[in-house]
Amino acid sequence: MTDLLAVETPAGSADAVAGVRITPVDAVGLEQRAAALCTRSIKTSSKAAALDLAIRVMDLTTLEGADTPERVEALCTRARHPDAADWSVPSVAAVCVYPELVPVAAEALASSPVAVASVAGGFPAGLAPLEARLAEVAWAVAAGADEVDIVLNRSAFLSGRYQKAYDEIVAAKQACGPAHLKVILETGELGSYDQIRRASMLAMVAGADFIKTSTGKIGTSATPAVALCMAEAIRDMAQQTGQAVGLKLAGGIRTAKQAWHYLVIVGETLGSGWLTPERFRLGASSLLNDVLMQQAKLLDGRYQRREDFSVD
Amino acid sequence: MAAISGGRISALTDRLSIGGEVEPVGDFSLEYAPAPESTAPVRLASQYGLFVGGEMVEPAAGRLAPTVNPATGEALAEVSVADAADVDRAVAAARTAWEGGWRDLPGAERAKYLYRVARLLQERAREFAVLETMDGGKPIRESRDLDIPLAAAHFFHYAGWADKLDYAFSGRRAAPLGVAAQVIPWNFPLLMAAWKLAPALACGNTAVLKPAPTTPLTALLLAEVLRDAELPPGVVNIITGDDAAGAALVAHPGVDKVAFTGSTEVGRAIAAEMAGTGKRLTLELGGKAANIVFDDAALDQVTEGIVNGIYFNGGQVCCAGSRLLVQETVADTVVGKLQRRMDTLRVGDPLDKNTDIGAINSQAQLDRITELVASGVAEGAELYTPECVLPERGFFHAPALFTNVSTAHRIAQEEIFGPVLSVLTFRTAEEAVDKANNTPYGLSAGIWTEKGSRILWMADRMQAGVVWANTFNRFDPASPFGGYRESGYGREGGRAGLLPYVELVA
Amino acid sequence: MSDRLAVNKTYKQFIGGAFERSESGRSYPVVGAGDQLLAHAVQGSRKDVRDAVAAARSAQDSWAGRTAYNRGQILYRVAEVMESRRDEFCAEVLRAGDGCTEADASEETAAAIDRWVWYAGWADKFATVLGGANPVAGPYFNLSVPEPTGVVGIVAPDEPPLLPLVSRLAPVIVSGNTAVVLASERCPLAAVTLAETLALSDVPSGVVNILTGRRDELVPPLASHVAVDSLDLTGCDAELAAEAARQAAATITRVVSASAAERQWAVEAAQSPYLIDAFCETKTVWHPKGR
Repeated sequence: MTDLLAVETPAGSADAVAGVRITPVDAVGLEQRAAALCTRSIKTSSKAAALDLAIRVMDLTTLEGADTPERVEALCTRARHPDAADWSVPSVAAVCVYPELVPVAAEALASSPVAVASVAGGFPAGLAPLEARLAEVAWAVAAGADEVDIVLNRSAFLSGRYQKAYDEIVAAKQACGPAHLKVILETGELGSYDQIRRASMLAMVAGADFIKTSTGKIGTSATPAVALCMAEAIRDMAQQTGQAVGLKLAGGIRTAKQAWHYLVIVGETLGSGWLTPERFRLGASSLLNDVLMQQAKLLDGRYQRREDFSVD
Repeated sequence: MAAISGGRISALTDRLSIGGEVEPVGDFSLEYAPAPESTAPVRLASQYGLFVGGEMVEPAAGRLAPTVNPATGEALAEVSVADAADVDRAVAAARTAWEGGWRDLPGAERAKYLYRVARLLQERAREFAVLETMDGGKPIRESRDLDIPLAAAHFFHYAGWADKLDYAFSGRRAAPLGVAAQVIPWNFPLLMAAWKLAPALACGNTAVLKPAPTTPLTALLLAEVLRDAELPPGVVNIITGDDAAGAALVAHPGVDKVAFTGSTEVGRAIAAEMAGTGKRLTLELGGKAANIVFDDAALDQVTEGIVNGIYFNGGQVCCAGSRLLVQETVADTVVGKLQRRMDTLRVGDPLDKNTDIGAINSQAQLDRITELVASGVAEGAELYTPECVLPERGFFHAPALFTNVSTAHRIAQEEIFGPVLSVLTFRTAEEAVDKANNTPYGLSAGIWTEKGSRILWMADRMQAGVVWANTFNRFDPASPFGGYRESGYGREGGRAGLLPYVELVA
Repeated sequence: MSDRLAVNKTYKQFIGGAFERSESGRSYPVVGAGDQLLAHAVQGSRKDVRDAVAAARSAQDSWAGRTAYNRGQILYRVAEVMESRRDEFCAEVLRAGDGCTEADASEETAAAIDRWVWYAGWADKFATVLGGANPVAGPYFNLSVPEPTGVVGIVAPDEPPLLPLVSRLAPVIVSGNTAVVLASERCPLAAVTLAETLALSDVPSGVVNILTGRRDELVPPLASHVAVDSLDLTGCDAELAAEAARQAAATITRVVSASAAERQWAVEAAQSPYLIDAFCETKTVWHPKGR
């Protein structure tokens, strides 16, 4: 990996990571395209399908210091059957918790299609010693996590120590073993879309199964433009290497409308092939309620009362 | 139609799979159910008269002609066909209004009329947008988000100039010219009416406007707005009709100023007709813009820019980026991205809110596009069009992309005015400049590179009135628009847009 | 010394920096006050028009590419050299015009020199006054700048012989246009003397080309030339101007003619930055503002 981010002369002045080109991003053009995609009008049958998919790709998340086994158990129950009254509503993709609660979730979700996801690796800052971070990843997997969400070492990345940031992801991927690795870029801290694109490429080439926007622990989380930026990076990766990497959007996604905007962005950028839990996730805690509320509206034609939907 | 079919999406993912590793997974297909904009706000009359002297009047000879919805081929209404007598009447009304007060009205009062028009357009924006789409075939997304808001903004911008003309020209006073004859095209019907009327009125002129034969309805609705704004009778007269009516208007001896937007061919004829008459003339004519992509550019935004450059309004745009000049090193990458993007373009019902490419404005225009596309194939260029099902009725053309194009091909030389892009390659900036300028036109150009000094170097060398760097097809009332060379003369927009409507006196 | 025989000047056309007779070999008599023969001027031909336009075309890019400061200094240099040859210009103006007094000739020459000085100063200012930033409603930098149209054909009025010519020529070339000038038909000699001055004033070859001859013969090929981007028909009568404008229409060539106010050559109304603008194109450049 000595040519990491080396200037690749045959393609002119383009940056590249391990031979994969990193295309510059024009912020205004990107934001305009994202905004245009958010004007897609999703009606009737499309809306029903989108709401259904939003549930199927959801990583139902609780990442609070005050989390308890009881709370996680309740969350897992909802994850399996989001609508207790209607078991035709599909399960979510995963439940995402801190490592200590992985055994609780693993037991609650045993023999269900819902995966157990754990944040690890010194979440949310990622500034614990590397050995400790890797040990945490391995521990979570051993405790039953199917998926592990780690953070990019922004300290290394933003100071230009790309090799260090890269090597740490490679090591985390090894520590994951059979589990899927999601790398959180914490896009709100990266400063520009160019950096988001660069970080996306770096994480993908280093072996991430998913790249993910945010921890949800800082003010700026997923935005349509960030989602589009990362989706375009994933498209380039697929185009140039044949490798399909997933996209997880997290932080601040609270409404069904936001969810289907993201479905449109991913669908029109990467194709329907990405509109599956294997390649697309929405990390959220309160989104599920709004989606269920919109489904109910679609079914009986009346606007719904928010308080009628579970608030855990 | 109007939905992305499963077949097309799998075609998309197929192309994504290099070496077969990216297999489509899952069973979800992103389809958009029809999302038609309601036509309820539009109240169509069965027949329309001419707007002369503040009233709707019947044409002298009583001739009517249908205006057709190009998405269905069905007539929407019958509009009057003005003849020489009607032109006389309209010019006389404009003259009377000018001499009878408009030219002497304080700028601040003219301003308030124009502000009223801007506000009324904003209030009735949805109605105008739907009508524009019904009569012209452009996607509702464009008429709603661009045409109508920009038309209102144009009136608002020039309203503010009306009482500030003394600050516009150093050391000179701006005097109005008199009666302006304004002939506009069918690609942006209301917007072009605004581009013409707003500066003319702000400067103290009166006007006779003639909309294009295929798109008269929003201009006639504008007449209603002008009346509601209590604009004095005769300050604006709107006469519908065929090309003969336009020719009669332009040639009318009672006119002091002619402004025309349309084809270079007609522009030439008008310029010849005007010779020796002393009438002031501005022309906004055709184009064959180069969109130049360097290998360091932000290629995903480039792709959007190219798409916006050529498929916006179905390419029926004088400043369309119809020639893509791409640096050889990234040509395959860019064409690949472009083809994938084209696959997601939604062609169909212009009133559907998810439609990207609507109807071609008329059968005649569709025939011309079809003929030129055939010539491209015959001359050996390679044609790509996405699989898309065109509606059975109406005038539609799939987005088209030609590679292996040489500068000598007709598709690289002639203005197609349709959703057809020709791709050429270059190796050096000098070569890009030479190829870009190798056309008698000079309306617009696009430059895509992340290198700032190269943008400025290129911009200096573009023979074009508008240069979009790292963007394309942006319009604003504060920004002058107009061509070099055979793309016409005079500017519309901003302070420069006042000049065609004033005489500067010491 | 009164016995000394004067050495008379041969008045030639000025094309591409060289003084040449017409390729046609023709000349025509130029008479001054009292029908006195002053000289035989070159009677230029269509081919001379062609050559002059070609010279102007090939000089245009590099002239426009010079800095505004440099063009300004060169126009100012024209004034300097004219000033040093002021007597010659006065004499030329005096003998050309019926009823022209010495005071008139002196005034016209002074005004012509001052006009060069006035336009010289505009070289690095007209873009500031005519162009500028446009506050568009979006995240874009948007700038309009006036650029020269290219090659300008100028038909100078018949008289006076010097000031109108300078008044129309200086605003054309200050922005970076190059010019093909048809001198006054009746009194072209001052124009040739001006050409000699230009040749001494660091004006690059081909930037100004001055033809003499019959307007009826030379205007049509000039107006119809595809490489001519703008025309100033101030010196044409109505019929010829209309014919020229019809020819120009075929290539959408810009057509300009002096207004009545601008024809008051000696007063300030005859000079204006908007006259520079009349031979410019507004180019507007957009660029997004993003991180």
